Amino acid sequence: MTKIITIRQALNEVLREEMRRDETVIIMGCDIGIRGNSFGVTRGLIEEFGSERVRDTPISEAAIVGACLGAAATGLRPIGEILFSDWITIGMDQIVNQIAKIRYMFGGKIEVPLVIRAPVGAGGGQAAQHSQSFEAWFSHVPGLQVVMPITPHDVKGLLKTAIRCNDPVLFFEHKRGYEIQGEVPEEDYTIPFGAGVVRREGSDVTIVAISIMAHKALAVAEELSRLGIECEVIDPRTIYPFDYTTLVQSLKKTHRLVVTHESTRRSGIGAEIVSQVVERAFDELDERPVIVAGRNVPMPYNRALESMVIPSEERLKQAILNLMDQ
Amino acid sequence: MVEMSTAMTAVTVEESLAALEEFKREVLAPMVPPEGLTAERQLEMYRKMALIREFDTNVRELWKQNFIYGIAHSYVGAEAVAVGACAALRKGDFISSTHRGHGHTIAMGADLKKMMAELMGKYAGYCHGKGGSMHIAAVDEGMLGATGIVGSGMPIAVGAGLSAKVLKKDFVTVCFHGDGGTNQGVWHESINLASTWSLPVIFLCENNQWAISFPYHKAARNPRVADRAHGYGIPGVTVDGFNPFAVYQAVKEAADRARRGEGPTLVEAKFYRYIGHFVADDEHYRDLRTNEPWRELDPLRRMAQYLVDAGVASPEQVETIYQEACQAVQGAIEFAKAAPEPSPNTLYDGLYSPEFLQMRGTDL
Repeated sequence: MTKIITIRQALNEVLREEMRRDETVIIMGCDIGIRGNSFGVTRGLIEEFGSERVRDTPISEAAIVGACLGAAATGLRPIGEILFSDWITIGMDQIVNQIAKIRYMFGGKIEVPLVIRAPVGAGGGQAAQHSQSFEAWFSHVPGLQVVMPITPHDVKGLLKTAIRCNDPVLFFEHKRGYEIQGEVPEEDYTIPFGAGVVRREGSDVTIVAISIMAHKALAVAEELSRLGIECEVIDPRTIYPFDYTTLVQSLKKTHRLVVTHESTRRSGIGAEIVSQVVERAFDELDERPVIVAGRNVPMPYNRALESMVIPSEERLKQAILNLMDQ
Repeated sequence: MVEMSTAMTAVTVEESLAALEEFKREVLAPMVPPEGLTAERQLEMYRKMALIREFDTNVRELWKQNFIYGIAHSYVGAEAVAVGACAALRKGDFISSTHRGHGHTIAMGADLKKMMAELMGKYAGYCHGKGGSMHIAAVDEGMLGATGIVGSGMPIAVGAGLSAKVLKKDFVTVCFHGDGGTNQGVWHESINLASTWSLPVIFLCENNQWAISFPYHKAARNPRVADRAHGYGIPGVTVDGFNPFAVYQAVKEAADRARRGEGPTLVEAKFYRYIGHFVADDEHYRDLRTNEPWRELDPLRRMAQYLVDAGVASPEQVETIYQEACQAVQGAIEFAKAAPEPSPNTLYDGLYSPEFLQMRGTDL
């Protein structure tokens, strides 16, 4: 049996189901109680589970994520929420120097079963401090896992895996994705980390598309198909671990690579993916790899300037056309 | 509005009424102008309060009509704080702001046209359309900029205080922040640093009692922010944040103290946010009936009433000032609507120094 739900509902269902299944699962963050979080994700949870397990916090990101670590080390499975992922920077010491390292530093003696959820992504005039996506930063830190799904099915399966996992997970939700609908199974299921999906098969070019870009890539692929160019679209779903097996398989067919993500181009996750492909499958590439990403500038407020920074379907299409021209 | 069960209301109507009574007993101050504040300056304060009220009342409508993109936080109901504080400053002083920065900007004497143009993302705006409402700044007026990160203005104000000290200048800096910001680590770090170094900073907490959906008494065991000053060895005072004279007096004393080299003060201007957190806030997290009693203390109405009762101005004069404020805001709206969009060529302007940008060209 399946049903159609939105990503917002998928998140809410997972939190509800996991809190019912395991009483050590708790959730804390700003405005997650009565307000039900800024995007409505946690609506109804405080009514069902009470304020002991659904904890509104003061605006104290460092304490939120750090307390998640302490709680995780001592018997709880906390889910910390950062209202906008841009503000995760305030908790960076706890995430980078404590959460990521504590199991290793202490000789594997401490389990860190925690999840930090945060909305990422640009659009809608949220400007420089409410539009960023930091997946590359966290991917850079050994000890963390980074998850960025963009369909209700993947959100459900991967958030369940994240909550049941004994390592710390950064779980990023795209702000523009909460209304995305899709089919999910009625029954309980999980999706393993490190398993990408081929969203569309094609023979000419492989597009690795992160988060919301997966939807844009599919639209571009349909358009290019009418011009006789067949794109294979891969949604890696998890940034670390990353599924290079599926990617290399695809390149054996297409021999062309385009990576696209909304976050800033420079030192972005695309650079890592291209570098891994060069190491693992250099001979499969017939053309130079291309990255289509956010421009190297803070997000401007003005609508037209903003649309220049966020990678558009048009920009992705042009990049692929240029690549196919060579 | 949707009727809420008591359990799911952060504050009940009874609790809100009790809090209001307590406020009246312990914080509310009579509208008495501090000595030396001339009638002319009092009228100027009212004029600025009227500009803020009109500006932000229009912002909400303009946002609904899609003239303003993104998000905006209204300063309606808080006018007495910014205006009272900034009236106590001299030219050359600085302020740091919050996400709710329009009131601070207007209180510092900023140009409404440039402000409204910024909110509409136009090149003529203070930030050339790069910042919008949440990052409005008027640096030439001493307004060091609004920020979208709660608490993040604190150390910036400390740095301005450090400049004054090291450069041996007598400017002071008012650090506006909200009650929500007081539970950030950087809040404590900043006040500790400023007090340890005796910096000329006034930490002005706008305690409107709500951090979006979270009431302050649930975010801190001690609901009096000013009490924390004791822990840092500096004076702390709670004043009536619906009363521009009370705020003026406290900030004036703090500024004098700062200029004498005696270090920072923590001023808690207590009031109540009886409007939504931001323009799109439906306030479903609270029973709207809890807000209503607080409107009795509407700072604009109080100030107008005072001006008439004290014989500072006739009711007609007060009304004229308000009408002129309406006209000024309408003029700003017309200007902003007609102003041109930024050229795409301006995308990278301001990212680095002009020298750097000239050297790198478009290779960024």
